[in-house]
Amino acid sequence: MPISSEAGQMPLISVTDLDVRFGSDDEIVHAVRGVSFDVAEGETFGLVGESGSGKSTVLRAMSGLNADWTGSIEIGGTLLGRVRGKPFYKRVQMVFQDPYGSLHPRHTVDRILSEPCQIHRMSDIDDRVSDVLVAVGLGPTFRFRYPHQLSGGQRQRVAIARALILEPEILLLDEPTSALDVSVQAEILNLLQRLKQERGLTFVLVSHDLAVIAHMCDRLAVMNAGRIVEELTVAQLRASEPAEAYTRQLLKASLGYDRSAAAGMESFD
Amino acid sequence: MIGANGGKDGALLTVEDLSVRFHTRTGIVDAVRNISFSVGREKVGIVGESGSGKTMTGRSVLRLIRPPGEITAKRMEFDGHDLLTLSEKQMRDIRGDRISMVMQDPKYSLNPVMTIGEQIAEAYRVHTGASFRDAKARAAEMLAAVKIRDPERVLSLYPHEVSGGMGQRIMIAMMLIPDPDLMIADEPTSALDVTVQMQVLAIIDDLVTQRGMGLMFVSHDLNLVASFCDRVIIMYAGQIVETCKASELDQAKHPYTRGLLNSLPRLDREPGPLPVLERQESWKTEPGVDAYFK
Amino acid sequence: MTADTLNPAKAGLRAWLTTDTPASRGHARVVQAYLGWLSLTRNPLALLGLAILVVLIAVSALAPWIAPHDPLAQELTNRLQPPGSPGHLFGTDELGRDILSRIIHGASITLYIVTLVAVTAPVVGLVIGSLAGYIGGWTDTVLMRLTDIFLAFPRLVLALAFVAALGPGIENAVLAIAITSWPPYARLARAETLTVRHQDYISAIRLQGASATRIITGHVMPLCLSSVIVRVTLDMAGIILTAAGLGFLGLGAQPPIPEWGAMISSGRKFLLDQWWVATMPGLAIFIVSLGFNLLGDGLRDILDPRSGQ
Repeated sequence: MPISSEAGQMPLISVTDLDVRFGSDDEIVHAVRGVSFDVAEGETFGLVGESGSGKSTVLRAMSGLNADWTGSIEIGGTLLGRVRGKPFYKRVQMVFQDPYGSLHPRHTVDRILSEPCQIHRMSDIDDRVSDVLVAVGLGPTFRFRYPHQLSGGQRQRVAIARALILEPEILLLDEPTSALDVSVQAEILNLLQRLKQERGLTFVLVSHDLAVIAHMCDRLAVMNAGRIVEELTVAQLRASEPAEAYTRQLLKASLGYDRSAAAGMESFD
Repeated sequence: MIGANGGKDGALLTVEDLSVRFHTRTGIVDAVRNISFSVGREKVGIVGESGSGKTMTGRSVLRLIRPPGEITAKRMEFDGHDLLTLSEKQMRDIRGDRISMVMQDPKYSLNPVMTIGEQIAEAYRVHTGASFRDAKARAAEMLAAVKIRDPERVLSLYPHEVSGGMGQRIMIAMMLIPDPDLMIADEPTSALDVTVQMQVLAIIDDLVTQRGMGLMFVSHDLNLVASFCDRVIIMYAGQIVETCKASELDQAKHPYTRGLLNSLPRLDREPGPLPVLERQESWKTEPGVDAYFK
Repeated sequence: MTADTLNPAKAGLRAWLTTDTPASRGHARVVQAYLGWLSLTRNPLALLGLAILVVLIAVSALAPWIAPHDPLAQELTNRLQPPGSPGHLFGTDELGRDILSRIIHGASITLYIVTLVAVTAPVVGLVIGSLAGYIGGWTDTVLMRLTDIFLAFPRLVLALAFVAALGPGIENAVLAIAITSWPPYARLARAETLTVRHQDYISAIRLQGASATRIITGHVMPLCLSSVIVRVTLDMAGIILTAAGLGFLGLGAQPPIPEWGAMISSGRKFLLDQWWVATMPGLAIFIVSLGFNLLGDGLRDILDPRSGQ
């Protein structure tokens, strides 16, 4: 039962009864079970959970990378099919977890950024590439470098630039900072917040880190074993008021090591 | 079999002026530069970002740096043994018996074609010379010691059949066979979920307090180290910039430590831009802050 | 390095060639090529291989000018002269032709065969392999079973069958070699594609709306290409030997063309008493094969992305 974000307003993203299954007949993994949530325009919605909770799978089904889903995904009132066309990719883009794996090792930053424009037959490709590089805080000197000449943080900036160059409304962020050092994480989180304000973006952020989710999001859903355990606002999370035992345990574990808390950890499989 | 406590102040491991250099085609890379520290029967956290030299520090204690890497130190003493002058054979005995190492990913440390039970029993037999039957029986006890619920079943599994948390517990169980005096754990829980991480850390914690083991805990996670360890060593660019009590980390003095702490998103912090760490060249040369050294 | 300080123009060029911040697409490419060249020069054996290849190309281009005699001119009074006899450094064969001149002219034939095979078999293999690996499903099954069928035949026997059907001659020998040597490249390209296919950068370009053709040609193939190139250089020795083998069996180049394999074949009859007739072209094959192998090993170190920069 998704809480609607703001009464009366039509959500920008609406996911209803999403089920994702992997594998063939004899060995089916039911990765996502009946997930529903709404995201309002301009909102940052967080999906938090431990490994195997299905949070990234939800994101991949939304992005169109995974076609083995049932249920409905609506964006701006339009139902999405399994196969997405170019207009969809112009509205929705994704940033991946590992900046070392998400940039083609043989392509320069210039090619990585101009190729999407060529695919969508956009004009002024040169200007767009230099503008977006400035927007993500990389100067023109980075334009003709190869990924191996960049640090992890710089690569993630290029990946964000690539997602932004088509000027989408929605960014799907799959653990965008979990492979980065904390000081670099702070820079990337700040960058994402700034871009969101400047461009009026809507974010869906997947993370295992409650602190990152609390910092970035307005609302979040906690996932475990393919299901949404509960949906709550960040204010409720900060006030340590989750309704579900699973969320309370996750919150406690995120606060750091505590010998007495460790003894009480339960399994919620 | 705890040997005579060598060194002053009950220190198990004393390191002075340790440097690790790599000779590459383009020149010499200093991974660790003249660091000194000691570890007693306590939990010492070594924290730093990638490239800070924290992993190299842990590995160099066991002399596990391969050429073109080179270790130099004024002193590197473990319980009365000079680790710098021991032969490779003596070093192997130290690694097997006295100092254990736990790595980040258990998948790479376990043999994929042997069952968990065979591996633990084998390690136990090599160490004690016990019969195969005894070793099997002990293996189950080992797994029970690291809070694995159904040891008999786990013994018959292959490494790819166990989860990350289980694998890490198995690694710890194997490390415990020789009853080591010092454990070096390099990011032992960073591949694990937070709740599993808590359980694995609790096992390590109990071992330190109950057996009087020393622990070098290498990690990138400030929060975790602050809540888990007794003492924290913060490394930056191959140097120790600050040493303090874990409970007093929030009052850290070095601007690097402060910058790292501030850049962490926290549940109890209001939203808004996170302070960004401005790195200073001078941190690489000036001496660090040592809360113990007045 | 001190020479650079004395010569600012040279230092400037080097800085331009090794800069971290290229100013244009072309510049970036030149820098990458220069860095590759630098790492090749650090490997003396690969340089030796490259040198052998350069000499082969030079010799075949300049054959008419550097060969001391006409390779086809027979001089029956002077037959089977040993190496070092006046005017014939490598001796003469059973028809009194100068062996050195024949080897020099044969270089261009070897180069021709090698080039033709190099531009056909690996290309076919690369296309089939990356298509099968990227598309998967039925396409994969059909293409790979086809590959397996070709792989199952002994290569030389299959080549023999083709040449027998098409008729002897260099072009037909090349065609037969190409037809029999593409399957390993297809296998290799498919394996590389399978590892690349699920990388995030492929997912990313899919999410930009790129077509399968664009992804395969622009993103997958360049990553397969380096291992295919390495494999080609390493296989060259085998290709030269197969061509020589066909020549030896009388199914490749036809007399009186001075193809090295055919030369060995005709020298075989005198191997015990006039060893040089077969040995000299054999040495040429050996040296050129060695050159390709050394270069291939060096290229592997440079081109393999896993070897790290």
